[in-house]
This record gives sequence, structure tokens and C-alpha cells, in this order.
Amino acid sequence: MSKAFSAIGEERDVERDEFTPGIEPQPTWCPGCGDFGVLKALKGAMAELGKDPEEVLLCTGIGCSGKLNSYFESYGFHTIHGRSLPVARAAKVANHDLEVVAAGGDGDGYGIGGNHFTHSARENHDMTYIVFNNEVFGLTKGQTSPTSPKGHKSKTQPHGNAKDPVRPLSMSLSAGASYIARTAAVNPNQAQEIIVEAIEHDGFSHIDFLTQCPTWNKDAKQYVPYVDVQESDDYDFDVTDRREASEMMYETEDKLYEGTVLTGRYYQDSERNSYQAEKQQRGDMPEEPLAERYFDEDYEWERSYDLIDRHK
Amino acid sequence: MTDDELIWRVAGGSGDGIDSTSQNFAKALMRSGLDVFTHRHYPSRIRGGHTYVEIRAKDGNVTSRGDGYNFLLALGDSFARNPSEHAVYGDEEVKPLSENLDDLREGGIIVYDEGLLDVEDVPNFEERVEENNWHVYPLDLRALAKEHGREVMRNTAGVGATAALVDMDLEHIEDLMSDAMGGEILEQNLEVLHDAYEQVNSMDQPHDLTVPTGEHDEDQVLVSGSHGIAYAAIDAGCRFIAGYPMTPWTDAYTIMTNLLPDMGGISEQVEDELAAAAMAVGASHAGAKAMSGSSGGGFSLMSEPLGLAEMTETPLVLLEAMRAGPSTGMPTKPEQADLEHILYTSQGDSHRVAFGPSDPKECYEQTRTAFEIAWEYQIPAIVVYDQKLSGEYRNVDASFFDREPNASLGKTLTEDEIEEAAHDATGKFKRYQHDAEDGVSPRTVPGQKGGRYLASGNEHWPTGHIAEDPDNRTAQVERRLEKLDAIHEDLDDRDQQVVYGDEDADFGLIAWGSQQGTVEEAVARLNDNGNSVKALGVSDLSPFPVEEVRAFVDSVDEAIVVEMSSTKQFRGLIQKEVGGVATKLSSLLKYNGNPFEPAEIVEAVEIEQNGGGEQPTAQTTLEPAAGD
Repeated sequence: MSKAFSAIGEERDVERDEFTPGIEPQPTWCPGCGDFGVLKALKGAMAELGKDPEEVLLCTGIGCSGKLNSYFESYGFHTIHGRSLPVARAAKVANHDLEVVAAGGDGDGYGIGGNHFTHSARENHDMTYIVFNNEVFGLTKGQTSPTSPKGHKSKTQPHGNAKDPVRPLSMSLSAGASYIARTAAVNPNQAQEIIVEAIEHDGFSHIDFLTQCPTWNKDAKQYVPYVDVQESDDYDFDVTDRREASEMMYETEDKLYEGTVLTGRYYQDSERNSYQAEKQQRGDMPEEPLAERYFDEDYEWERSYDLIDRHK
Repeated sequence: MTDDELIWRVAGGSGDGIDSTSQNFAKALMRSGLDVFTHRHYPSRIRGGHTYVEIRAKDGNVTSRGDGYNFLLALGDSFARNPSEHAVYGDEEVKPLSENLDDLREGGIIVYDEGLLDVEDVPNFEERVEENNWHVYPLDLRALAKEHGREVMRNTAGVGATAALVDMDLEHIEDLMSDAMGGEILEQNLEVLHDAYEQVNSMDQPHDLTVPTGEHDEDQVLVSGSHGIAYAAIDAGCRFIAGYPMTPWTDAYTIMTNLLPDMGGISEQVEDELAAAAMAVGASHAGAKAMSGSSGGGFSLMSEPLGLAEMTETPLVLLEAMRAGPSTGMPTKPEQADLEHILYTSQGDSHRVAFGPSDPKECYEQTRTAFEIAWEYQIPAIVVYDQKLSGEYRNVDASFFDREPNASLGKTLTEDEIEEAAHDATGKFKRYQHDAEDGVSPRTVPGQKGGRYLASGNEHWPTGHIAEDPDNRTAQVERRLEKLDAIHEDLDDRDQQVVYGDEDADFGLIAWGSQQGTVEEAVARLNDNGNSVKALGVSDLSPFPVEEVRAFVDSVDEAIVVEMSSTKQFRGLIQKEVGGVATKLSSLLKYNGNPFEPAEIVEAVEIEQNGGGEQPTAQTTLEPAAGD
């Protein structure tokens, strides 16, 4: 157990309710919003894994999804639009014993924060990134987002969206994420299972989480029926095979806009080293989390004076 | 000529090893007991392009580059020989000899590589030599180097020739070469050095420039502004840096990156400056002492995370190494025109601290201050410097760095302290309490038992949850502002402003950051010449030292604000902060990419003292005070 951070690594049974704030704020999510599904699945997954709320750091972006840590009891950092990932991954680097989860919307992760998404996946930090994909900008009142279908009409695209939507799963694969899945708020059991796997995976886990927006986009019915690609006889591919995964992702991304909702695990590479392991192998990251040192009263801090001879 | 100083300019092409040669030569001069100061000028190119370093050495304190130089070692631009580049770069090849040649003082020495350079390419060379009584020593440095080793050793040949011409002992140069290399390379270099030395010694030397002699009371070290900053960060317990390369900030970033792994620290090179600063925020939030930085363009991207750190009260130190802007501007040239950018970027009312140190020692002191203030008061602190100070080397007493480290996280609680601290009814830690002393509400770190809270860029309740309640908003805004008042008082005690010159003078100069040393020398010269002048060097940019600056302005009849900005940003800051002084402040501005020389400041003072109205002969601009 950590010396300075006793919430970390404690072995105990954890109740799901421990992740519910004692005084639950009035939800700012609309009735029927898919975001409730993420919240529920995340709480369930954390309890299932026996995580203490105080060893979890949940970093969110801006938008309805960014309100997640108002309703989820843990350490939280509600950052700014698109920037949850650099804040989250640095916290992981500074204290790799923390359980770090980042979350945000599709505009947050695939639009304004796309560069951070690419590079966080590439670096393969041992953390989980949940993207609330509702195919629309909800909080700012229904504008077209990076995952909105081609032709999507909104106040900012009055003649219909001229752009094809981004391909979140394919992007993630080419960027270098080592666990990639898609789930949906309408499928709470699968969602919790996938979040558990994502957290347990030692590397960057990306979950594209379909969260219906009944106010601006679609209600839950439009994500039903959904198909679990692992359970369906119609699909057969190896999630550890990059080429097969890539083809399956491509088909899944296309099908969504044709009205068929495919979900499940798409890719997992358990061989690839996490960023932490790579850095440590190179002597570029200490074995003991850096944050511990600041609470160690006996630590003898190195001094610049000991380096000064080279300047004589 | 009886100069009491050597100003040695080594000029060549980028990639010719000018930097390392000059550093070793500066060290040799320092070891001989002299004080040294380097000034580097280089283009934004990897290969080729005129580059030079000037080393000024004398017995006693040197705070500035000099006016011109008295020794030119022109190595030629070995990379400008590609004929196809001629159309683009024109007479680049001869620039190390021809550029600023008129700044060579009367009676000065020229050594040039006749293997590379042809004086026929320098307009009216012979006439100018005669007119200025220059002493010219053509040497085939390349051939000499090749004879004993390789062509690249021509720098060594140039140093050997220099030593012979100014009567400098080779001992320190040999020692430094032995420290830096070994085996055959060392032997060959030593042969080149001695051969050049002897060849030149056997020549007729009608000049009378010799290297001055001096003595230091204690061991000296040769450090740049970037070293001052990096070493302060190390001593402040900073073990995390994130960045993206950009000239000139890369100097400090590279120093840190090379030091941190051996200290169990972490350096991250990331996708952009937005991520870099956001990562420093994340690492700091998780308990590390963290920093980031950039130059103007990259700092633009940091505007967002800077505001986030202000709102979430996450301690953070950022560096801003200014270069000439706007946009890409002139990457390798200094300017002080990011001042307003640094003070005002990011939306809303800003809460940040900014320091503009003047030399490597102040870089160290003020970076230490920045870390202390940032963690004690949970606020971003920015160290603002520029291309000049970043790579400017000076000698400093080695004992200056003999300091106690201070890795304190300020008001960050331990788990035992958290148990005693304020929580809401549900057990949530009250991270942002309205009534905190000095506005600083103690913080916890993720992973600590009992410390959970939400950090949010939105306005928030004491537990961190999003709030738009007007009473809470007012209380939080006022608490955050209260921190600035407390910091202001704290800084008053640290007294980071400096006054130079004749304290009874009724004519003043005011400068900030890297131009202060030049102003200091100008003031000394003016006072030596029977003038009465004093100067104020300002380092605290935010919070601004209003009382000290007001007292200075009140004590003079008029003052010139000296800055590298065309829009008088620093003068504007003084007028805004102090108020009622606009009729006393005129400006001396320079924005051609080169830092001030002392004579330019002397000239401006003389013009103003003679009633003003004239423009200087130098590439500087005088702008009168309001109402003049």
C-alpha cells in the first residue's frame, strides 16, 4: 500500500453506491439521456473491480458528458473542452498507481481534442477513455458534430452536413490504442463488462459509447436492436488481428448510419507495452510514483550545486 | 589601442561549430581570471547562414555586450559553398568577414581563413583597413587543420592564432580540450592549436591589443540564463516538465530533459503546447512539482490551460522565452513584445504571477521565487525571458548555486491533516473555502484518503462542484483576488527590483528583463563621464511593484523607458499600474532583432538631456513623453 496515498491499492469490497455522491446534484441531463447509462455502467464497473473512489481520478471535458464527475463520487478534474486527455495522462505519469479515466463527448474527443486523442492512444498510457458519442453537440443545442451523419441538418449546417462523419474506431486503431470497443447506453450489461475490461487492460483503452440524445438527435429506440459482434453468428473476426479488426470497424462505422447498431470488442493488443513500461525501461520514469516523493520527509532532494562542476 | 577589454567575435556559418568553440574560449578566459559575457547571433537555419558569437572579457564585472568588437576571427561560412544556393543566399559566404565589419574598433585585429574567404569580395577592404588602422592576419586555417587532422579543426586553429595574437597562455585552452575529447582527436587538435600558435607568433605583430589579466576570489562557473532557470527548477524540486520544441525555449527544456531522468524525474515531449501546459497542470494536480513553457507562438496555445490552472488553483510554473513576433516573426532574434500577451492572455480576469529576470543569477533567483509563489499560493507563475538571455553566458561564483533545495508543495495536506480539515456533510473535502487565509485554501492530492474533491474550470462551490450562485461567485472571485494582494506583499519583502547609478540623479532610465544589464553599463558610462543618471530594473511584472516604481519616477524629472518593443508595452504597463506618470516617461525602442548596445542608450540619454526632439543615429527610436 502506498505510503502517502492510502486510498490506493486497498483490498476491500466496494459498493456501487460509494460512487454516488452523498448529496446527489440535480441532474442536468434530460430524461432518457444516454449519459445516465455511462454513469451507471462506470459505477458498476468500479465497484466490480473493488476500486476505492479515492484512488480513481476521473478527468472530463466540456459538454453534457463533462458533467459526469458531478454525479460520480471520486477525485475529479472537470477540465476544458477537448483537453481531458493531456491532464489525465499526465496525472497517470505523475502517479501511475492512480486509476485514471478520461471522458468526454464526440466533439470533445474526435473534434477539438482530436490531436490529443491521437497522441494519447499512440503513447498507450494505461488508462481508459470513454467517448460519449451522441452524434451531435447536445449542450450547445444540437449543432452538427464530428460524428453527425452526412446530410445532418442543424442551425450551423442548415443545408445539411457536407462532411462524412469521422470513423472513431478506425481512428483509434491507426493512432495506436491497444483496447478498442463500442458499446451503447441501451445495453447496460455489455457496457459494464466492457468498462471492466478496459480498466483491466494494461494500455490505452478507448470506448466509443453510443449515448442517445433524445432532445436533439435520437431516442433510445433508435439504438435498438443492437448487435453484439461477439455474440452474433453473422460476424466472425479475431480481435487480436489488426487487419480483421480494421475491416470489422469499418463495417461497423458504415452500418451505424444505415440503421444497424453494431457493438462489442473490436481490438485488443495485450502484448504491447504501456507507456509507463516503455519509459521505465529507458530509465525515463521512476519505479515509485513521482508524487510519493513529495510526501517523503526523508527524501534527499538532488541539488543543482552537485552538477555545477561541468560549468567550471 | 589600449582597450582594457577583449571583445572577440568568432564568425562563421551555422553548423561550423561556432557555439562550442566560443563556449570553450569563454571558459578559458574565465579560468584565466577574467569576467566574461557572450552574445550570440544566429539565423533560423541548420546549415549555413552567417552566425557569430562575441565574447567580451575584462577584469571586473561585465553586464552587457560591448559596443562593437576589437578582434574578429572570420572562419567563413563553410556551408554556403553550394553554387546552387548562391541565388538565394547571395554573398553569404563572405558574410563572416564583411557583416558589421565597420563595428570593428579602430586598431582592431582581423584573422580570416584565406582558404575560404577572399578579401576581394569585401567592398573596399584595403581602404577600410587602412582608414581604421586594422591589423589583418590572413591564415589558411583549413589547410592547417587538414595537415594535422580534419578540416573541422580549423576552429581550433583559429583559437590558437587568437591566443598568439593577444598573448594568451594556452594552458586553459589545452585543459578544456583535454576535458572535452581524448585519443587521436585530442592529439590532432593539440597539434593544430600549437602549430597555429607558433605560426602566428613568428609573424610580425604591429598591433597592441593584448588579453587583459584578472583574478577571481573563488571558483567561477560559466552559465546561461537557461541554466539559471533549469537549476532553480531542480532546486525547487521540480521533477516534471512537458514541452514541444520551439526556439529559444528549447534551451531550457533540453537542459531539464537531460537532467531529470537521473533524478527520477520525468520529461515529456508531446503533440503541441496546449497538451504540454495541460500535462503540467495534470501532473501538478496529481502531486508533482511540474512546469512547462514555450516561446510566444507556443505560449499562445497555452492560453487555455493557463486559465484552467488559474481557475482550478493548480500550482504551475511556465516559461516564456520571447522572440521577435508577431506570428513566426524572427525565431532566433530577441524582442520583449510578448509582455502584454503573457499578462493578459486567456479569458476572464487573470490571476497570474510573472517575473522578468535580467541575467543568469536573476533567472535562478526568480525561478525559485516563481516555484515558491506558485505552490504557496496555488497560482500559475510565469518566468519571462528572451532569446538574448536564454543563450547568454556569464561567469558566476560557483558558490552562488550552493543552496538548500525546497520541494515543498505549500498548503498541500497530508492524510493526517485531511482528517482534521473541513468536509461537507457527505464527506467531500472542501477544497475551495470562502474564508481561507490569504485566499489560499489547502489542497489534497488524488489517492489521499478523505481528500476527494472536484477541480473544475467552471465556477464552483467550496467542494468544487459547478455553481452559478451569485453569492458564491462573488466570494470565490474575491478570494482568488485576495491571493494576489498577499503575493504582492510577499514580493515586496523579496525586493526583486534593482536601482543602479547615482541615487541623487534627476534623470532616470527604466528597463525590464534582459536589457537591464545593458542599461546598467550605459548608466555607469554616463556617470563616469560626469553625467548624473540612475536606472531602475523591474523584474516583478505581475503583481506590479507600484510603490517602488512610483518612488523612482517621483525621484526624477524625467525617465526613458528602454525596451525591445515597437508599441511601448512596458511603458504602457507602468502608466497603467502607477498612474499619473505619463508626462515624465519617454521611450527608447529597438525592434530590429538585435539587443541594445550600451552606446545606443548613452546616445539617447544625451539627446533627451539636450532637450530631445532628435532621433538617434542608431537603429533605435525615441518616443517623447505624453504632452511633449
